[in-house]
Amino acid sequence: MNDMSSPVALTKKDFESNQDVRWCPGCGDYAILAQIQKLLPTLGIPRENFAFISGIGCSSRFPYYMETYGMHSIHGRAPAIASGLKLARPDLSVWVVTGDGDALAIGGNHFIHAMRRNVDLKVILLNNRIYGLTKGQYSPTSEMGKKTKSTPLGSIDRPFSPVALALGAGATFVARSVDTDLPHLSSVLARAAAHKGTAFVEILQNCIVFNDGAYSTLTDKATRDDARVILEDGKPLVFGKARDRGIRLRGMEPEVVTLGEGGVAESELVVHDEKAAHSGLAFFLSQFDTPDLPVPLGVFRSVRKDSYDELNAQLHADTRAKKGDGRLADLLQGGETWTIG
Amino acid sequence: MSEAGYTSEAEVNTREAIGSGSTETAGASSVRAVEALDSVVIRFVGDSGDGMQLTGSEFSKAVAKAGHGFATHPDYPSEIRAPTGTLFGVSGYQIQYGSRQVFTSGDAPDALVAMNPAALKTNLADVKHGGIIIANTGAFADTNLAKAGYTSNPLEDGSLDGYRLFKIDISALTAAALRDSGLSKKEVGRCKNYFALGLMLCLYGRPIEDEIADIYEKFAKKPEFADANVNALRAGFAYADAAEIFAATYQVREAAAKPGIYRSITGNHAAALGFVAASESSGVELFLGSYPITPATDILHELSALKHFNVTTYQAEDEIAGICSTIGAAYGGALGLTTTSGPGMALKTEAMGLAVMLELPLVIVNVQRGGPSTGLPTKIEQSDLLQAIYGRNGECPIPVIAARSPADCFDCAIEAFRIAVKYMTPVILLTDGGIANAAEPWRIPDVATLPKVEVSYRTDPEGFQPYARDENLARAWVRPGTPGMEHRVGGLEKDFLSGNISHDPLNHQRMVDVRAAKVAGTAQDIPPTTVEGPASGDLLVIGWGSTYGTIAQAREKAEAEGRSVAHVHLRHLNPLPPDLGELLGRYKTVLVPELNMGQLSKLLRERYLRDVVPLNKVQGKPFKVSEVHDRILELS
Repeated sequence: MNDMSSPVALTKKDFESNQDVRWCPGCGDYAILAQIQKLLPTLGIPRENFAFISGIGCSSRFPYYMETYGMHSIHGRAPAIASGLKLARPDLSVWVVTGDGDALAIGGNHFIHAMRRNVDLKVILLNNRIYGLTKGQYSPTSEMGKKTKSTPLGSIDRPFSPVALALGAGATFVARSVDTDLPHLSSVLARAAAHKGTAFVEILQNCIVFNDGAYSTLTDKATRDDARVILEDGKPLVFGKARDRGIRLRGMEPEVVTLGEGGVAESELVVHDEKAAHSGLAFFLSQFDTPDLPVPLGVFRSVRKDSYDELNAQLHADTRAKKGDGRLADLLQGGETWTIG
Repeated sequence: MSEAGYTSEAEVNTREAIGSGSTETAGASSVRAVEALDSVVIRFVGDSGDGMQLTGSEFSKAVAKAGHGFATHPDYPSEIRAPTGTLFGVSGYQIQYGSRQVFTSGDAPDALVAMNPAALKTNLADVKHGGIIIANTGAFADTNLAKAGYTSNPLEDGSLDGYRLFKIDISALTAAALRDSGLSKKEVGRCKNYFALGLMLCLYGRPIEDEIADIYEKFAKKPEFADANVNALRAGFAYADAAEIFAATYQVREAAAKPGIYRSITGNHAAALGFVAASESSGVELFLGSYPITPATDILHELSALKHFNVTTYQAEDEIAGICSTIGAAYGGALGLTTTSGPGMALKTEAMGLAVMLELPLVIVNVQRGGPSTGLPTKIEQSDLLQAIYGRNGECPIPVIAARSPADCFDCAIEAFRIAVKYMTPVILLTDGGIANAAEPWRIPDVATLPKVEVSYRTDPEGFQPYARDENLARAWVRPGTPGMEHRVGGLEKDFLSGNISHDPLNHQRMVDVRAAKVAGTAQDIPPTTVEGPASGDLLVIGWGSTYGTIAQAREKAEAEGRSVAHVHLRHLNPLPPDLGELLGRYKTVLVPELNMGQLSKLLRERYLRDVVPLNKVQGKPFKVSEVHDRILELS
């Protein structure tokens, strides 16, 4: 399990803090917490080198439950705080845990700029499509027409897709999973942890109190296989209980087709490519939604680009190589001087 | 002012002798009289595209090299290139220099160089009666006169009879000098400011050789512009030298400054150097998270060029991210710095509260400007004092200090970090648009004598409690990455020792009390207050920030006139110096001049329950010495 360089073999238990977890019983956040607590000991990183930064909201209580360094900061600002921390301390593994309101409403600006800059952060967005901590208002991912405490007549706000937003902002790693599919969640989180640069994972998460069943078609055994398509790099987009359905392109439009006898051949289907030079395919996939198209889960995009912290370190190294180590006395005496006396 | 290293003897104001009252050599002669002066105030004004900031700062450099004390005041519009010829597009640069310490950029210019009618119109009222006006007649055409709202040409209609007016067609003379330069008409027009500079350097007896070398350096990549500017400069100098309109040239006596190596420095530049000094002193990385905003941005510019030092700069996506990235860096163990001006300060408010809760060291610089809202971005004001002390939700104390002059920004930058790391608290440093962009001579300090900024991180997990405190009530600074001390912090109220979330009523009371006591306790390091003038008596003038020079000069003048008047200038505004209350009691009257509506007055009344006399001004301009001096005379 553990990396050989890690002096002490860590376990999930080592990452559980002594604080009582205060999410509602049955909240999807529990499963996500457990998966991350399971993942971290496998990464070969000393426990003290993890820092979890969060904003405000149910999901942002996350750091309290991790026996790592952590900060429960202010609403929407976690990506900004985490960026500063990572730049000051490139040796740390810095994680942001956020929610749909925290990341996409009040923190939207920090979110897109974190995606754009490609600072080496792991950004985990727990998307329950509702404001939970303030007891049930619609969020930027709530669907049109949704009735909530602040939209008693139904929402007239168009939602956006966190995955599409992250891709649009230029993120180098974008993935989606769901709180109830533990093996899938675990593999996506492991991929994110291994990515150098900003890694963004949207986790569809059930709020049992204010938005129960928001993803039931994606999670219920009876419906889920027809409602979602699992993305695998280099593999055609095949889904369905009998794995007999696929996505084919007609011009620029996707269409669901039936495979096999009387249907189309697998070779006609769209083949997923996480590393495509152009993010067009990933963006195309991010637009899929039920009922017309299956919701993609998995890694949409994973490309290696220099991270901001790497470039920053390079800039410093290059400047020192060119100018030598800065000396304060020289700096103070820089510019034009004159002597008196 | 010890920062500038000048002798503190009272400046005898002799500017009266410089203007109309001075003796001109009657009639022009080939050997002109050289008039010796103690100080002189010159203002260059023109369109914002005329290059007046450059002319002014180059003139400052020339007088600095001669060892003069000086102080400058750039005054420019917030538009980058306002429409030409308009009143609101006028850009100016004023300098006072002299043979002794110069406290301010001066009240009334002895000489005004006006490049167009709008510049004349907007500045004439300030010029000393009988002062010199050099007007670029080439720009006084009908359209420009109309844009400035003149119905007749003031150069011809006798309205300037009370001044010594020199009408020089700078536009045409520059064009003539550059006839063979091969430059376009527009490019030639851009060289006018060097003609004006040459003219003024000659008039005030400064050589042009250094300036020529400087131009060649500055325009090394564009030799044709270098040649043109040098030719314009020479032409201006030669014109003044040969033309017989100037009866006398003016030589300011050499300054008697403290021996040392000097440089000219602006407040923003000095602050940047001070922050680097704090980083070098502590051996800890400096992290600046900032968003561009006038007039604070030059600190970001300066520090971003210093990647060979232990300095990281981060241009954040907004003001909030500026401070939040800084909080992240401070959490990681860096010296966190964020720089802004009033509106940005408002945006950073919530994050400042977080830093107070986290008890992390942080320095927040507010280069104040005219407010409220966007206000007057390029103009001076001191109206963010109460915002700095009180402007946050909850009981949220933060130490506040203020710099008094451009050079003092260096010392204050170090002081801000000294307080921040010793007490584990955010600290607000107030400067303003006046000192941030103004320059003064700075005697470069010996690095070995700089105040120390001492940082220690706790690494011992034995008995560790995140919110346990030392004798200064500071909690330990523990960097992530330290084994065995993993813990969580956050904006929710903390348990007194463990730092875990606590909603316990008595714990909250205790935490509010201890945060207040910690900040109040920073007063233990404040040195005894320096009083300029008598230790007791009729009148005490108390100021803070950039009004220092004006008040000092006004006080010295009044004292020379036999008045009993003392001056205290506060660096520490929250908490106030421990001896201030007793000190106030020693004077019959306390006068508080401020470029706001009475914010320090309010604080002093509230804190010491005694009345003070406010002197307030919010015009986007510094006080004139005469304004403070007049009030002193009325009260002493």
